[in-house]
Formats: sequence, C-alpha cells, structure tokens
Amino acid sequence: MSNASSKRRIAVAVARKDLTIEWNSRILVNQVAPFAAIVMVLFAFALDNDGILQRVAPGLVWLATLFSMLVVIQRSFTVESADGALDALRVAGVDMGAIFVGKAVALMVQLFVLELMLVATAVVLYGVEMTMVGFCEAIVTLVVATVGLASVGTLYGGLAAGARGRETLLPLLLLPAVAPVLIGATRATEAAFGSGGTTVSEGWPWIGLLLVFAVLFCAVGTVAFGPLVDE
Amino acid sequence: MAGQSSTGTSATRRLGILVILMLAALALCGLWFSAEDVVQGSTVRIMYIHVPSIWTAYIAFGLTALCSGVYLSGKNRSLAWDRVAGAAGEIGVLFVAVSLVTGSMWGRLTWGTYWVWDARLTSTAFLFITYVGYLAVRQLGGTHRQRARRSSVLALLAILEIPLVHFSVTLWRSLHQEASVANPNAKVELDGLMLFSLFLGLVAFTMLFVWLVLHRQRVMMLEDAFSDRGLDVAITARRNEAGV
Repeated sequence: MSNASSKRRIAVAVARKDLTIEWNSRILVNQVAPFAAIVMVLFAFALDNDGILQRVAPGLVWLATLFSMLVVIQRSFTVESADGALDALRVAGVDMGAIFVGKAVALMVQLFVLELMLVATAVVLYGVEMTMVGFCEAIVTLVVATVGLASVGTLYGGLAAGARGRETLLPLLLLPAVAPVLIGATRATEAAFGSGGTTVSEGWPWIGLLLVFAVLFCAVGTVAFGPLVDE
Repeated sequence: MAGQSSTGTSATRRLGILVILMLAALALCGLWFSAEDVVQGSTVRIMYIHVPSIWTAYIAFGLTALCSGVYLSGKNRSLAWDRVAGAAGEIGVLFVAVSLVTGSMWGRLTWGTYWVWDARLTSTAFLFITYVGYLAVRQLGGTHRQRARRSSVLALLAILEIPLVHFSVTLWRSLHQEASVANPNAKVELDGLMLFSLFLGLVAFTMLFVWLVLHRQRVMMLEDAFSDRGLDVAITARRNEAGV
C-alpha cells in the first residue's frame, strides 16, 4: 500500500470516527445548534431594529458561527485528550498530517450543517431575502469559508488540547487568526443577501480571499499539526 | 551560568549607559529643542515615541520569526535561538502596546477620537493580540524543547497570518496617515531638528531593544537552568528514597 493511500485511509478513519461519535452523542444538534440559535436571538434583542438586523445579518451569522466553532473544536479535542487517544495514535506511529486532515474534514461537515442552520435562522428571524444566484453564492461562500475555518480551528485546537487553561487559550489564538475569514465571509454573504444595496457580483473577490486562506491553511496545517501537538 | 550573580556584563552595562544617555537626549530634543509642527502644534512630539516604538516592535517580531526559523531548521537545535525569539517576542509586545497607547493619544488630539477602524490601526491591534497568544503558548509548560518547538511553529504561523490579516483589513477599509518620511513620492518637509529627533528616537529605541533582549534572554537561560536543577534535585531525592 502506498504512503498516500495509507494517509488517505487514516484520514477517512479519523473523520468517520469523529462523525460517528457526534452522530451517537448528538452534541451538535442538542447543544451547539441551540446555543447558536440563542446567540442569533440575543443579537436581535441587542440591536432591536428590523432594518439594522437585515443590514448586519451576514456579520451576525458568521459571528455566531465563530462562537459555536469554539465549542465544537473544544469538544472535538476533549474526546481525544480525555482518554489519551491522541497520544495512543502518536505512539502507534500514525501520520499526524493524516490525523489533521481527518479531524478537519469532520469539523468541516459539522460547521457546514451549523452554518446552513444559521443562514436559515437569518432568513426566518431577520427577514433576509435571496435570489437564486445569491443562494448559490451563499453556498459557495459557506463551503470555502468552512474549509478555512476548519483548517485553522483544527490546527490551534490540537495545540490547545493538552494545555492548562485551554478554554481561554483557544479563543486567544484562534479568533485573531480567523479575522480574514470573518471579513471575507461577511462581505461575500452581504453580496449574496443583497444587504445594504450590494450586488451578487461584489461577493466573488471576497470568495477569492477565502479560497487563498483555505488553501494556505490546509497546506500549512498538514505540515505544522505534528510539531504543534507533539508532547 | 553557575556563579554569575547578574545578567549584565561590562559590555551590556556600557550599552545600558549609552541607551540612557540617548533616551535623555531624545527627551531633550523631542520635548524642548525641536520646534512645534505648523499644523499639529506640540502634538507632533508624540511621534518621537510612537514611530520608534512600532519600528522596534517590527524588528522584534522579525527577530522572533528569524530565530524560530533557525531553531526549527538547525541540526543541533540550540535553545539559545528559542530564548532570543521569546525575549524578542515579549519586548515586541511591550513596544506594540506603547505604540497603540501613544497612537491613541495622538489620534484623540489630531483626529478627535482615541480609535478609528482604520486598516493600519486594526492590523496593529491584531498583531498585538497574536503575539500575546504567542507568549501564552510559551507559558504552557512541558520541557524546554516542547516549548521551543511549539512556540517556533507558532511564530512562523504568526508571520503567515499577519500579511493575510493586514491585506483583508486593508481591503475592508483604510484611512490611516500614509508613511510620510519614508515615502519617496511624498513632499513632506521636516525641520532639521525634528527629523534628527525622529531618527535619534529610532536609534535609541533600537539600542534599548538590543539591551533588553540581551538581559531578558539571559534571565530566561537562568530560569531554564533553575527549573532543570529543580528537576535534578527531585530525581535525586526520589532515587535516595527508593535506595537506588
């Protein structure tokens, strides 16, 4: 079996394992999704104006995504560090780059589901309206931004996993790093929603920025994950 | 380091005295001898601290990245590189903080507000938070080698992040004063003593940075040696208990 094939099998196994744990525990559906929904409702209480809510809906969707992502990442690595699973994999000589890819893919699937739910919440609660082209652009934005977020999230989640005070360390490391995704995704989603008179075509350059971020951190994460989590 | 009671040497003491003299000269030139700006008045004097602070911070973070890269790429992986990287990172954070505070003061007097969501200000705030995170990771514990490897990788990641953050924030919005003195196309006429004060500030702050890094990395070396000795003492005590 070739090296690449072996890594692919490991990545698939890790992703399937994480998604199976999630499927059985239903943490995303029972806890994280309601948390994200309540954040959206609280934003509405804080802003208290339908016009403003429609205008800032894209930013609120992505802020709620980032807050929820912190919970999902910590959950993803608590599973690993609680029983020393990551150490066991390392001792077994499993390729760390493949583990990174597997965990990042599982995180991408969970985040994508969460983001779809948040966009639907924005449509219902904030009165956002989209054209079919805008809807397609929103889906592309979600996919590309999710790849970037999951890559960086997995990278720093692994670093914070074995650390004291990881609950506070992860946001400190992660939130500044994902600022370009927040900016790019918010602007692209604004174009998709047509917020503030923007047109769909204005969103594509921001999707380009998201794509650069995603490709860069996928590549870097595969290389840097091992040294960062190596204890 | 056994037997050494301070982190200074005769060379660093001389450097320290020179730094104090230069800072005193900067204070005199900046606050007393140099003229007021035609438009900004005395507010311009903040620039003699603000510009050298951010200049020193950029040098510090550059040094952190360079030493981290050397540590990761080197064959023998001397911890000295990691200590210099850590010392430069700490001092860089300090100087970015000084730059942000003095910039806010200048902004309040010139723009009428402490903070504007301008590209360069926002990027600098992100730079500050990113390196606070770097310092937090250095405090995670573990062996010196673990600390060195984790923080070196993180320092290189930070260098990757900073241009991305800066680029995205620049696309987001931009209002900051463009570089004036260093811009060859700008027609900025500075009074001779004002220009001298600015460059004196750059040199004085750079030398202050070198002096601080030398001392801080020596303190780090002593801290590492102390924790190693503590470990040795603990191992010896356990061996004695076990009668090995």
